[in-house]
Amino acid sequence: MNKTISLACGNGGEENNELISKVFYKAFKNDILEKGEDAAIIHNGELAFSTDSFTVSPLFFAGADIGKLAVCGTCNDLAMMGAKPKYLTCSVIIEEGFVTADLERIVASMKQELEINGAVVVSGDTKVVPRGSVDKIFINTTGIGEVLKSGISANAITNEDVILVNRDIGCHGATIFAAREGMEMSSSLKSDCASLFPQVKALIDGGVEITALRDATRGGVSAVLNEWSKQSNICIEVEEEKIPVSDEVKGICEMLGFEATALANEGTFVLAIKKDHAELACRILKEFNPHAEIIANVTSRHVGKVVLNSSWGTSRFLEMPNGELLPRIC
Amino acid sequence: MALELKNLYDDFRDAKTIKAYAKIIQEDAKKLPLPINIMEVCGGHTHTIMKYGILQLLPKNIKFVHGPGCPVCIMPKERIDHAYALAMQEDVILVTLGDMIKVPGSNGSLQDARSKGADVRFVYSPMDCMKIAKENPHAKIIFFAIGFETTTPMTAALLDVVIKKDIKNIFFHINHVTVPEAMAALLSDDECKINAFLGPSHVSVISGSKIYEEFPRDFNKPVVVSGFEPVDVMQSISMIVKQFVENRCELEVEYKRAVNRDGNLNAQRLNDKYFEQVENFRWRGLGDIPKSGLKLKAEYDIYNAEVIYDAILPKEPIDDHKLCICGDILKGKANPPECSIFGTACKPTSPIGSCMVSSEGACAAYYKYGNLI
Repeated sequence: MNKTISLACGNGGEENNELISKVFYKAFKNDILEKGEDAAIIHNGELAFSTDSFTVSPLFFAGADIGKLAVCGTCNDLAMMGAKPKYLTCSVIIEEGFVTADLERIVASMKQELEINGAVVVSGDTKVVPRGSVDKIFINTTGIGEVLKSGISANAITNEDVILVNRDIGCHGATIFAAREGMEMSSSLKSDCASLFPQVKALIDGGVEITALRDATRGGVSAVLNEWSKQSNICIEVEEEKIPVSDEVKGICEMLGFEATALANEGTFVLAIKKDHAELACRILKEFNPHAEIIANVTSRHVGKVVLNSSWGTSRFLEMPNGELLPRIC
Repeated sequence: MALELKNLYDDFRDAKTIKAYAKIIQEDAKKLPLPINIMEVCGGHTHTIMKYGILQLLPKNIKFVHGPGCPVCIMPKERIDHAYALAMQEDVILVTLGDMIKVPGSNGSLQDARSKGADVRFVYSPMDCMKIAKENPHAKIIFFAIGFETTTPMTAALLDVVIKKDIKNIFFHINHVTVPEAMAALLSDDECKINAFLGPSHVSVISGSKIYEEFPRDFNKPVVVSGFEPVDVMQSISMIVKQFVENRCELEVEYKRAVNRDGNLNAQRLNDKYFEQVENFRWRGLGDIPKSGLKLKAEYDIYNAEVIYDAILPKEPIDDHKLCICGDILKGKANPPECSIFGTACKPTSPIGSCMVSSEGACAAYYKYGNLI
């Protein structure tokens, strides 16, 4: 580890994983934690348990705000373990001078999102700190969910599975970058921020055999696929042209030099589904978003790696994102 | 029909076209008596070649050597130390382009400086300095300018505005370098194996294709000025191969949608107004190359951070890590996997050599995309 923590350590990619394993796993080591799932499965497999902190600039952006994000983030982690979100806590750290009306707006969108999940906030904490101690507002939520379908795990994917995404990718990351850079785009681009429990419930109710689910937040789809290839000891071979990316997101990636697969999402998840259930799953997902797609096969070609196949017959690795997301310069 | 953004790249990544060019190149290459080594000078091309798997489509007798056209990679360590030293000044906000963030100097990178409390900002456009200067009237904003001909006019345009609006708190540290001088230096090396060049085209959008006229004429090396999409690169390779098959040696432009002979004359005038050639610029891995860099003219000394902060800037040249072969890679004498620390001690998350630092660097591109082939 470096002597000081750099921004890259929070990128959801390689440096982030190093920080987690060398500092936190080392100290807190236990069987549940080491499974490395989106939410911990506790209480004899009946409950899912997860926490997430939220800091985003700007606080309000096309498609969502930090409040909606704070509820979706934790509820989605629970949903990814096949659990129904039930109880949340809500802790806020607010910078002195924060506008009350903005706080009310944030809390209102939290309330709205809780209703979609059928969850309630049952405990909370508020701290106000001197100007400059935090950037406007930080929110932490922790949630407990009831496991509806057990056995979902990122460690259980095999060559019998195929990989799907539930929608076009990269919208959240592209929206935030466009907003930060003050790029005024005459487009319909907005964050994909959404609660995923309704989609997970539809899959479970539809009888889909689910192997693994993961929401592609920081580090994007690329991070999820790389984590899975290592956790399950498999090779994931992605057909590049099958990855759904909107024209708006492609455009931002072109201008700023990003790859859509490395951009963050807040309402996009990756699924590993048994081959003979893939079409069914895709059909169910398409009712929520028409761009749901089967994007990859699981093979043994390069175990522990993600391979991207182009439509003109070449291959390359899709690596874990690293560093801060930076533009190319010329 | 209105032109949409995707029109600028969609067709240039068309699978059928790429495959068709691959076939033409395969056929033409059979007629070559000797293998040819093409140098793509620009890091942008290296990126395209590796990202789109171009090498997997080429016959064995067409090889690529990856050139020195990554502005971050060729920056000597002592100049990285300049950036670090400036950033650590109490009242300074150091502004630069994103790729500089990870480059390790003797004391660490700008990322390290920032985590030690230095105010370092990364921008897409040098013009963002204006906003930063306005929001921080008591700070000194130093723009650490890097890049080839492509980015030089942006620096000149910022200086132009600073002078016209009489802004008192923006200063410049200039590290702009130029392509033709470096190409000529490579060819003067006896061990040079380059037979032809893929010419950097964004450079030529500014400077015109004329800057490469000397290479077919004086060095007997064909140049094709190429765009950056995979179809552009495949077409350009095909054009180079055809020159060898037909026994021609010319300067050709593939990237005709943006490049002409003379380039952007306004940008050139602006550059000439503020900058002049340095006697020598030290390139990391290549050493001193005469007249290959730019500096502010003496009349703009009051804006020149190298003059103002002369006392705190380190002067001694610093050699590269002993095991690093970036110099040979930049000269086209070796490929990244031939380096003993490639992918082991030297990785994008902990770069030792310059070519691993920037995503444009040959080692970073090989590490990221290239180990399948």
